[in-house]
Amino acid sequence: MARIIGGVTSSHIPAIANAMTQGLEQEPYWKRFFDGYEPVKQWLAEVEPDVAIVVYNDHGLNFFLNQIPTFAIGCADRYENADEGWGLKTLASFDGDAEFSWHIAESLVNHNFDMTMCQEVLVDHGFITPMALMWRHLPKWPVKAIPLVVNTVQHPLPTAKRCYQLGQALGKAIESYPEDLKVVIFGTGGMSHQLQGERAGIINVDFDLQCIEKFIDDPEWLTHLSNDEIMQQAGTEGIETIMWLVMRGALPAKAKLIHKHYHVPISNTGAGVVVLENTQEQ
Amino acid sequence: MAWKKHEYDDIPGTYVFDGRRSHQGYALNKMAFSFNNEENREEFGRDKAAYCSKYGLTDAQTAAVLAADFLSLLRQGGNIYYLAKMTTYYGLSIQDAGASFQGISTNEFKTKLVEAGEGFEEKLQKLGGYWGG
Repeated sequence: MARIIGGVTSSHIPAIANAMTQGLEQEPYWKRFFDGYEPVKQWLAEVEPDVAIVVYNDHGLNFFLNQIPTFAIGCADRYENADEGWGLKTLASFDGDAEFSWHIAESLVNHNFDMTMCQEVLVDHGFITPMALMWRHLPKWPVKAIPLVVNTVQHPLPTAKRCYQLGQALGKAIESYPEDLKVVIFGTGGMSHQLQGERAGIINVDFDLQCIEKFIDDPEWLTHLSNDEIMQQAGTEGIETIMWLVMRGALPAKAKLIHKHYHVPISNTGAGVVVLENTQEQ
Repeated sequence: MAWKKHEYDDIPGTYVFDGRRSHQGYALNKMAFSFNNEENREEFGRDKAAYCSKYGLTDAQTAAVLAADFLSLLRQGGNIYYLAKMTTYYGLSIQDAGASFQGISTNEFKTKLVEAGEGFEEKLQKLGGYWGG
């Protein structure tokens, strides 16, 4: 049976992708941020996942505003990255696992999550930045990847609670797949930041740290936050942190903390990393 | 008929991208979406006004595009992620745009970000268990 071995949260901002392309990891501005990913890479090397499910939002590469699904899942054997007009280097394509994706999609729909199923997805910086953060040191991607796309761009957005519940259903979907696969889930985006308007540039360290602590030990607490409240506290783009809850919902309420890391500012954001391991017997 | 009011409308200096703004900015964002393609960026560069007209932007939106006035474009329904495709075209980063929204320099904007995070390492130490804490 497929098994969730754990989850990782990560920022996915394009400034990080650019810093990696330019080899700036040891520059003073970036060093502490990137060094904090070494234990994540080490954990991934030890647990050796077969599949990574990457929860992220599209920023106008694959989806335009003519059609915005609330929740979408890639159901293909390959995913390409492409020019998104942001000046980022295009990365090598990613192998998918169509059979596993379709199983997940069917299970989610049967559990009342009406997914949009996509047989072509151009994956943008929201997807490629975390993949590169984890595995750019390897000659090729060591996992098959499945994009799970959440609308955090055009309101109304799903609630934090709904994202958590999607994660719970995702957990059931994964663990009902008959093939022996080790699965890791990446919850990406956040933390506090606002890119737009005169309020651009807000960072809320206290709120970010409260979210990290609750995320680890009391994720239900986060599901009571409204999107209005999160935007008040963490900025309009800080709302992305609701995607972490998809990852958290897929793991048991009690999961083993492997690593937590926070750095600020990374470009306009507070950047949080949490690694949780699933220690529950299947 | 009227657009529904939302709690988030009262957050100052903030233009939450909802149905009302997406409706208002549809043509503008569609033009920015076309910037995913290099040939389209080049076509825009050859005659910006003609390119805006091709996408059906209003006169006010066109004027703001030509002036690279991103705050005005936000107010006219531009989405920040789509506008970022345009700022990149103009050689501006998202931090340059953020600074322009506040009428300050990019260095001042970056300094504000650093100041907003000041003391975070002490907070990590107090909570305990953080990498490098």
